[in-house]
Amino acid sequence: MTISVTITVNGQQETRDVEPRTLLVQFLREHLQLTGTHVGCDTSQCGACVVHIDGKSVKSCTILAAQAQGAKVITIEGLAQDGKLHPMQEAFREHHALQCGFCTPGMIMSAVDLAQRNPNPSEETVRHELEGNLCRCTGYHNIVKAVMAGAQAMRG
Amino acid sequence: MANQGIGQAVRRKEDFRFITGQGHYTDDINRPGQLYAVFLRSPHAFAKIRSINTDAARKMPGVVAVYTGKDVAADKVGGLICGWTVKDKQGNPHKAPRHDIIAIDHVRHVGDQVAVVIARSTSEARDACEAIEVDYDVLAPVTDVRSALKPGAPQVHADAPGNLCYDWEFGDKASTDQAFAKAAHVTKIELVNNRLSPNPMEPRSAIGEYDSGTDSTTVYTTSQNPHVIRLILCAFVLGLPEHKVRVIAPDVGGGFGSKIFNYAEETVCVWAARKLKKPVKWTSDRTEAFLTDAHGRDHVTHAELALDKDGKFLGLRVATMANMGAYLSTFASAVPTYLYALLLAGQYTTPAIYAEVKAVFTNTTPVDAYRGAGRPEATYVVERIVEAAARELKMDPAEIRRRNFVPVDAFPYQTPVACVYDSGQYAKALDEAMKMADYANFAKRKAESARKGNLRGIGICAYIEACGIAPSAVVGSLGAGVGLWESAQIRFNATGSVFVYTGSHSHGQGHETTFAQIVSDKLGVPMENIEVVHGDTALVPMGMGTYGSRSLAVGGSAIIRATEKIIDKGKKIAAHLMEASVDDVAYDKGIFSVKGTDKQVPMAQIAFTAYVPHNYPADLEPGLEASAFYDPANFTFPAGVHIAEVEIDSATGVTTIANWVAVDDFGNVINPMIVEGQVHGGIAQGIGQAMLEGVVYDPKSGQLLTASFNDYCMPRADDLPSYKVGMIETPCPHNPLGVKGCGEAGAIAAPAALMNAITDALGTEDINMPATPQNVWRVIQRQNLAAAAE
Ligand code: FES
Ligand code: FES
Repeated sequence: MTISVTITVNGQQETRDVEPRTLLVQFLREHLQLTGTHVGCDTSQCGACVVHIDGKSVKSCTILAAQAQGAKVITIEGLAQDGKLHPMQEAFREHHALQCGFCTPGMIMSAVDLAQRNPNPSEETVRHELEGNLCRCTGYHNIVKAVMAGAQAMRG
Repeated sequence: MANQGIGQAVRRKEDFRFITGQGHYTDDINRPGQLYAVFLRSPHAFAKIRSINTDAARKMPGVVAVYTGKDVAADKVGGLICGWTVKDKQGNPHKAPRHDIIAIDHVRHVGDQVAVVIARSTSEARDACEAIEVDYDVLAPVTDVRSALKPGAPQVHADAPGNLCYDWEFGDKASTDQAFAKAAHVTKIELVNNRLSPNPMEPRSAIGEYDSGTDSTTVYTTSQNPHVIRLILCAFVLGLPEHKVRVIAPDVGGGFGSKIFNYAEETVCVWAARKLKKPVKWTSDRTEAFLTDAHGRDHVTHAELALDKDGKFLGLRVATMANMGAYLSTFASAVPTYLYALLLAGQYTTPAIYAEVKAVFTNTTPVDAYRGAGRPEATYVVERIVEAAARELKMDPAEIRRRNFVPVDAFPYQTPVACVYDSGQYAKALDEAMKMADYANFAKRKAESARKGNLRGIGICAYIEACGIAPSAVVGSLGAGVGLWESAQIRFNATGSVFVYTGSHSHGQGHETTFAQIVSDKLGVPMENIEVVHGDTALVPMGMGTYGSRSLAVGGSAIIRATEKIIDKGKKIAAHLMEASVDDVAYDKGIFSVKGTDKQVPMAQIAFTAYVPHNYPADLEPGLEASAFYDPANFTFPAGVHIAEVEIDSATGVTTIANWVAVDDFGNVINPMIVEGQVHGGIAQGIGQAMLEGVVYDPKSGQLLTASFNDYCMPRADDLPSYKVGMIETPCPHNPLGVKGCGEAGAIAAPAALMNAITDALGTEDINMPATPQNVWRVIQRQNLAAAAE
């Protein structure tokens, strides 16, 4: 049995017939080939899969594609606008906030949401807010710097 | 150009694809017609397999095949191998019991492969796995080294009596005994180096693909060393011709050692793809990663340090039991031996050292190299016992180290455990770190904490590691089955842009940038015109991969050798173009000139001439490319000092890291931004080991209790501090870049620094890693009780 799911992903309306148990992350990776959203765990702990649903960061492994029916989803592939990197993407590169890059898409999506809610976050706020995103490479030092700088750049 | 060469914090070339979600990790790759493999894994730590019934599973929707160990055996597939043979005290080779890629008669750890289902989708394969019936005869398991060595313990392998893989020794026992006989003081310590799960954020994944028309096989796999995987698969496990196998390790999401090894799952994917003539893909989930990625550490050690009355070290004696897990992983045997005991001199002039290591089989996941591999364990022993000795002798821990450092004028320095340290400035790093940590005013800060009712401690770790692995002849004489050179190829295009092919593999280390900086610096080509290619055996002619902080020291040196060959050939072309003798041609930063004249030709023109050789030396081949191999003359010896300062809430046991200082000597630094990033990441893993992480098995059932991120405490952003990182540069004298390697230092230094700080705060050595709030709180309660009883 399959069901039809329609989601607007990165501004594009996408309809697919999927098994009801399909997770949003599977919908993105397997049905739309948007492989920038990663899977790092099976217990909703790592945050590699974070996307924005209607403007809020959500772990896309924790919800079914069907639950996102009709929603607007932005993935890491849709963050840059008109060929211009988002300030948070720029900040990650400038501050060497990534090594292997596997946690990076989820980290950036979480960071954008964090900065939207806290335009001028302290180091402590950033560290606390990033609790749901694991990175094994960077020791977080440069991620924290990048998020603070990215938030500042987003303020303009 | 000026800001792109050696020594500059150039922003990384690889970042654009990662920050825009365009990386290509193995699981992102899909091949036409691909099938999906899911493994049925043992729920028992130790059991005999009586029978397996796959009939129902075969009939499930979407299922293409179900295989068990018997099917694999029928195809005469070899077992997984250990590539390093350690000889025991009697000179006998270690025990390396057979390690089937799917278990045949016994399962030996929870998660051992029992069968594989190959289906049209992962979900169908998973459903079918549940329909396989296995009849187990469950046996009592053994999970820790002490129990495994006891008489009457369960025998993990019939051909490894007493669960002993080897009983090995190193160093001079007689001279060490003499040192202890004349000692004024002996410090003793018992240490447990906790078992860790490497947990790169990208789970392992593999795709096997077979083209019957050309009889060729392609393997996509999450590997740190695709050429090594090709060699092992071809020469030992599957018996395929090496020239018919291509191994691709695309973007890899971290490794930390765990992606060095040849694993069962990638091997099964290749075997099944050849059988079914369809691509077969497998991706680990996180639970499988905890169950099957090789773990790290797991040592139990008793150590003794002999000192004279002035605190000079006279001798060190170490006895270690190392848990190998259920099978001997690819390089497991070398980790607690040659990567461990050879580092027991630390930064000191200890004249006599003797180590004994028993490697032990248990019903647990195999243990192999994890960031630092043996060297963190050695550093932990040395730096904990040195600190303990200082406390017993009421000496300043900095002063006791200073008295024993190998002095700057003693290099090259032969240690009693085989290493020849090439260079270093140990006291300078200590001075620098103490300044940065404001060590002098620690007492004031401690008093301040005490006023708040908190405990405060400071801990030093002066580490050393042997990196740049490794001189082939040396490791060969110690039992390694491979050479540990590296290769590079530089190929100019006619338009002046450059391909750099390296056998090293980048899975976060930033080689695409660092290596391009080297080539840019040496050949005068702008960074944007350089493409560093790695991770594909069809593109990169040869390689040994990335581990042991070897990429720059060995792989980078091979690149330097290739640039030299390019420059030599370029001089011949330049001489022809400028009508000069080759001996009169000078080269500097991309420009060839005739000495004493203003004639010059840039590199781009040389490249063009080489491929459009209309006006060209008659006796010279066209083309501008060069390959080089580099086999290091010695290991490199990065060293440094980390100082940790902690404050402990005595009511809750919660430890806060108040300050972290690292002063490292990695020799010359090509990209300080990348190097600092490596240090940060290493420290985080070291702090994780000391305060948060630890693999736990239930001793009775052998179940892995820490099989998810819910149960295994990974360091998160709010567990960690920011770090102060300083550097001193003492160039390595024996490689052309003068570099030593930086990838593992943080993970080597951090556990001892942090545990020295915590034990300083608590006033007792008697606490094991991880020093969680609960463990710390218990120590405080014990002390409170003891104080109340007095
Ligand atoms: S994949 Fe780990 S939280 Fe979603
Ligand atoms: S950059 Fe590798 S996990 Fe974060």
